[in-house]
Amino acid sequence: MPRLVSHPDEVKIVSRRFGLGAEKIDRYIELGGYESARKCLAQGPDWIINELKASSLRGRGGAGFPTGMKWSFVPKQSAKPKYVLVNGDESEPGTCKDHLIFLHDPHAVIEGAIIAGLAIGAKVGFIYLRGEYRYLLEIMEKAVADAYAKGFLGKNIFGSDTEFQIITQTGAGAYEVGEESALMESLEGKRGVPRIKPPFPAVVGLYGGPTVINNAETIATVPYVIEMGGAAFAAVGSPKNGGTRLFSISGHVERPGVYELPMGYNLKKMIYEVAGGVRSGRKLKAVVPGGSSTPVLLPEEIETLGMDFDQVGKAGSMLGSAGVVVLDDQTCIVEFALRTISFYQHESCGWCIPCREGTDWLKKSLTRFHAGFGVAKDIDNIKYLAENMLGRTFCPLGDAAAMPTLGFVNKFRKEFEDHLDGKPCPFAKHVELAVV
Amino acid sequence: MADVTFTVDGKKLTAPAGTLLIEACRKAGIEIPAFCYYPGLSLQAACRMCVVRQEKVPKLQTACTTTVAEGQVFITESAEIAQARKATIELLLGNHPLDCPVCDAGGECELQDMTFKYGAGVSLYAEAKQHREEQQWSPAVFYDRPRCILCYRCIRMCGEGMDVWALGVQNRAVSSVIVPNGGDQLDCEQCGMCIDVCPVGALTSGSYRYKTRPWEMNHVSTVCTHCADGCKVTLGVRQSNDGSEIVRADNRDKSGINGDFLCAKGRFGFDFVESPERLNKPLVRNAQGVLEPATWEHALRYAASKLSEIRESRGGESIAVIGSSNTTNEENYLLQKFARTVLRTNNIDHQRTADYAAFASALAGRQSKAASLRDVAIAPAILLIGGDPTVEHPLLAWTLRTNVRLNKARLYIANTAKIKLTRQARATLELPADGYRNLPVLLDGDTDFAKAVRAEESLLVIMGEEIRGAQIEALVGWGLGRGDVRFACLGDRANSRGAADMGLLPDLLPGYVQVNSPGAFAAEYPGLPSNPGKTEPEMFAAAAKGELGALLIVGANPIARLGVAGEALKNTFVIVQDIFLNETAALADVVFPAASLYEKSGTITNTFGDVQLARKAADRAGVKPDFEILVRLAGSMGVDVKALVPFGKLGVTADLGQSRGAQAGEADRHAVWLAANGLEMKTSPFDPLAVLDEIERLVPAYKLDRLNLFGGSDVPTEPGATMGFVPVSALTAPNLVVPAHDGLFTSGTLGRYSPALKELQQHQSPALAETAAD
Amino acid sequence: MSPNNTSTETMTLFSPQLAARLDALVEKYPLRRSALVPMLLYAQDEVGYLSDAVVAEVAWRIGITELEVRNVATYYSMLRFKPAGKYNVQVCTNISCMLRGGYELYERFQEELGIGHKGVTPDGVFSLEEVECIGACCWAPAIQVNYEFLDELNPDQVPGILADYRAKAAAEERSSHA
Ligand SMILES: Cc1cc2nc3c(=O)[nH]c(=O)nc-3n(C[C@H](O)[C@H](O)[C@H](O)COP(=O)(O)O)c2cc1C
Ligand code: SF4
Ligand code: FES
Repeated sequence: MPRLVSHPDEVKIVSRRFGLGAEKIDRYIELGGYESARKCLAQGPDWIINELKASSLRGRGGAGFPTGMKWSFVPKQSAKPKYVLVNGDESEPGTCKDHLIFLHDPHAVIEGAIIAGLAIGAKVGFIYLRGEYRYLLEIMEKAVADAYAKGFLGKNIFGSDTEFQIITQTGAGAYEVGEESALMESLEGKRGVPRIKPPFPAVVGLYGGPTVINNAETIATVPYVIEMGGAAFAAVGSPKNGGTRLFSISGHVERPGVYELPMGYNLKKMIYEVAGGVRSGRKLKAVVPGGSSTPVLLPEEIETLGMDFDQVGKAGSMLGSAGVVVLDDQTCIVEFALRTISFYQHESCGWCIPCREGTDWLKKSLTRFHAGFGVAKDIDNIKYLAENMLGRTFCPLGDAAAMPTLGFVNKFRKEFEDHLDGKPCPFAKHVELAVV
Repeated sequence: MADVTFTVDGKKLTAPAGTLLIEACRKAGIEIPAFCYYPGLSLQAACRMCVVRQEKVPKLQTACTTTVAEGQVFITESAEIAQARKATIELLLGNHPLDCPVCDAGGECELQDMTFKYGAGVSLYAEAKQHREEQQWSPAVFYDRPRCILCYRCIRMCGEGMDVWALGVQNRAVSSVIVPNGGDQLDCEQCGMCIDVCPVGALTSGSYRYKTRPWEMNHVSTVCTHCADGCKVTLGVRQSNDGSEIVRADNRDKSGINGDFLCAKGRFGFDFVESPERLNKPLVRNAQGVLEPATWEHALRYAASKLSEIRESRGGESIAVIGSSNTTNEENYLLQKFARTVLRTNNIDHQRTADYAAFASALAGRQSKAASLRDVAIAPAILLIGGDPTVEHPLLAWTLRTNVRLNKARLYIANTAKIKLTRQARATLELPADGYRNLPVLLDGDTDFAKAVRAEESLLVIMGEEIRGAQIEALVGWGLGRGDVRFACLGDRANSRGAADMGLLPDLLPGYVQVNSPGAFAAEYPGLPSNPGKTEPEMFAAAAKGELGALLIVGANPIARLGVAGEALKNTFVIVQDIFLNETAALADVVFPAASLYEKSGTITNTFGDVQLARKAADRAGVKPDFEILVRLAGSMGVDVKALVPFGKLGVTADLGQSRGAQAGEADRHAVWLAANGLEMKTSPFDPLAVLDEIERLVPAYKLDRLNLFGGSDVPTEPGATMGFVPVSALTAPNLVVPAHDGLFTSGTLGRYSPALKELQQHQSPALAETAAD
Repeated sequence: MSPNNTSTETMTLFSPQLAARLDALVEKYPLRRSALVPMLLYAQDEVGYLSDAVVAEVAWRIGITELEVRNVATYYSMLRFKPAGKYNVQVCTNISCMLRGGYELYERFQEELGIGHKGVTPDGVFSLEEVECIGACCWAPAIQVNYEFLDELNPDQVPGILADYRAKAAAEERSSHA
């Protein structure tokens, strides 16, 4: 059972009900649940969207797109049904926050989805969970059934004449299906290959209807935005980055865990104070700030770095899914790079040439390098490949493989050189590293 | 959509708003490279070769998915773009086997061409390549997985284009692989379209692979000899010991009436030409009653003297002629002229596979009412009554599907069977077994189907061969009463329509002119008998009664087809011109070895009345075109050949590749130019184009646009447009129509001599039975 | 051929409970085909893998070709075409787990079970798989046994974990014979 952690600096908004039994609907209601949905039902779509815009809530799935704006793109009139889609595919290595939401606060997801439905005029919402989260799907399905039983879902939600249905869905093991259009394909019973954009989902999405797709955390945050008001929510975070975020801090720290901290919270503090510092008193070597696809940062780059979309972007990386992975000074970067790339090689959908071939080539080169058969030319070759994948692929997965690779090679070139020509790994690490 | 103006590489271009940039550029002569893009199929944006820079857009954009809008500015070639394309090729070549020297596609490979253009010549790849054994999916299709670049063209062509959906992609990432529906076997129509669209050598043809290099072939564009749709086909021809041999048939020439399409017969069924059973010497029955080889000289003289003798002794009406639905218009025209003016008989017929005569008569005097196949491609609404195009008219089926898919055409199907095309139909009407009897009543009825059909402002009606005689009349009458309605009717065989148009009928002259009121023919056909002659069954009945002195059969096999007992011909002198010693030829007294359609030139007319030029591709020692055989036979009978074939008028010396065939180069092109400008050289009596002049003169529907015809295009004709009212003649009684009902892998006698088709038939028979049942 | 005109009870290879669940599943979505991925997963949970017969039945239930089912099924890494053990041990070795001993854990499982990636023990009780991130990064190293998460493990716990599942397997075996 995932361990819950806490720290005085935390501002518990999304996580405020974690561990309080809120997966039971009565408890959830007791803790103030479903009030936001009732309020939204009374206030209407324009009001909801305005609150969200005022909140500067940005998507928690990775790209950080302003949620209120996304919802406002959905056409008011549509011949085809509109849909709300909750993205619970959570597969970016280093990220496990949605896991806790589904486990401890499933009704927040349902309530958020209802509000999204009211905002865009959708009658059906889907909650898609990755296939590995079967036990969470069961919790979610129970919660949905309970919400139906209470009349919060169905033809006449909260006794109104508004309809909202929720359908749960499971994946079956595919990272790429987290990408919004690939997720729609998967939900339509197809291979998880992304779609050509435009048209964007807000116009042509699931089953061809206008669709809002949001990360589970984004959706779970929405009821709270409504509860406290958009402006108040915005004030919690940093400029243009409203509210808090669930940071999954993992790797070589003393107290790994999911911590809810205000947007803009300093990364160094996050590692050294919130997560208890580098494990066993070792020195910090590097941090991956936002899940495995975000370029690595060096200790000197995190001194004053505030963790929000804009600041991390300026520092040359990305906040992504806020999966903070901490590497101590005993970590071999070549090994870490190889494991990172192996993942993207395995998860590429294979649709486009640069990603399919590029990830495979990178993995092969790094495998050889890691095994001690690297030659000087390889380092530039790896760079060349990554540079030529960047921005050229069909969907951002190719970038997700190229960006961290460039980060590793550019920032740790010396360490790559130390592995050349059969030299033993400086960390005496390289036993055979079998990768999937 | 309204036109918009945008800039590409500094040039202002105009195109309808929403046009794909890649298409707009291609039209303007700016070629943007692409592997996955294929016109008419769904967009993929997977290969990333077509990247271009759009002003004010941060990333490179794919031209295959970018739609043009007013004021956009694009750059399609720059150092940045070239680098992106080069890198994509480098990435592809990483795992690519680079076995170009032994790859079938070498020299015709889009990946090779791109590598050449973008210069990814130095391999950066230092890793092990994945090797996998090639797979044979069917007799027709082989798959070499490592060569596959995953452009998904094959999958889309098979699914979207063919509506067969036999190919899929499985696994993901680099393990992605194209997989056939039968696990390791391909259960499909074996059309080979997947091979055609494969930009590299991943899908190769069972009949062509490892045979030759593309540059060792001459490529001759001609017309397929198998069904009545008339696909343009490109034959790859190579020198051989006894002339030249056809090693491949494909669809390089996408300008034809068939666009991208070619079916299994067109693609693989050319090999009957190479059959060891081909006749290559004339045969004459000796005193012991055995057919034995003879010289041309002897055989011709013998046949001619017998014909003359019988004509003189027993009169022309004791001689009969059966023509072919596979020979050219010129040959058919010449054959009936020979019968009527030399043999002096109207006893001439052929295997009728549709009631074209009734069709022409129903349309008599009407302009623009006959539909060409090109009309089918763009008609907004089509009513298909009877027939099963998917099986018997693969090109028509393709054209219908494509029109429905790309133009949202509305297809209505009325049929006694549930045919596969109903999958594309807007509405279907299932008819009882005798359901075609009262079509106008059905169409005027109260059903949703009838109402939907009647709601169409413009309609194209296609009738299967089931609709004949009075039914055709009634249906056409119904349509003529409704305004914008056009018609087509479906027969079998490459030139069935041409045979009927050219008057291989006992009562009708070329152009469906009645023999008893021959009009312009009266002056040109000295000695034309005025009584209608015998139909095919009547000929055999007469023969059985000993009333038929001689029978000349050209390219037909009535004994097998009509199931006539050989006994019937016991007392008849039989002359056969054919490419095989078929059941009929085996009974003949003289057999002349004929050239196939791929070994001669001339025009043929598909079932829609579209005339195309068939060009000589191969050569075969010992055989002669039927045209030449007829001229020589006439000559041997002492006829003034000039009266039969008006040649030599201009006194120029050249021919149209008749004698040089596949090796024809510049001279031929010159000849085409001359011909196109009305300057044909009728230098030899064996030049069929001399007769084409006469056809054009006497058959008004055959006023052909020669510039297009000789340029390789199809030229439409309208059978009835210039005729006055003609009553349906009793002799075109519906029961004389005997359709061939050839399927996807059968083609009458020709098909029986095609090892490739036989093999496909064996491979497919159980699988097809299943699909038919679904 | 349409799924409606054949009685599923007489045709199905699944248990009545699963068959009923799948009957309901196809009705749940706006489009029948949306049931495909969950259907494959649930079928695999019961049968153990996607046999040819399972693929055929799923194709029939959804109303698509077997080729299409395979195109989709082979895309997803949790779906398999060969039997796995009763307990499929999936060890995450992705970065967060790797940093905290995921590989050491995986090696220990290999040693204890005597099998490698995608191997199955001769008694069919266990199979082993090295998997990508399972969303338990903060509780690394983590594994899943079938759908059950076990986290913050160290290699020395491996024998105990295996013993527990072995006992479970044996108990089930007994009760199914009783
Ligand atoms: C390769 C790839 C994988 C992704 N995986 C996830 C995921 O697992 N969960 C998620 O919420 N978003 C994921 N995303 C982002 C989604 O495409 C989408 O942006 C997001 O669900 C939108 O929600 P948000 O605006 O609330 O962030 C992924 C994107 C890409 C390109
Ligand atoms: S970048 Fe291309 S191959 Fe990679 S996941 Fe996206 S579409 Fe698939
Ligand atoms: S043609 Fe545009 S990506 Fe392939």
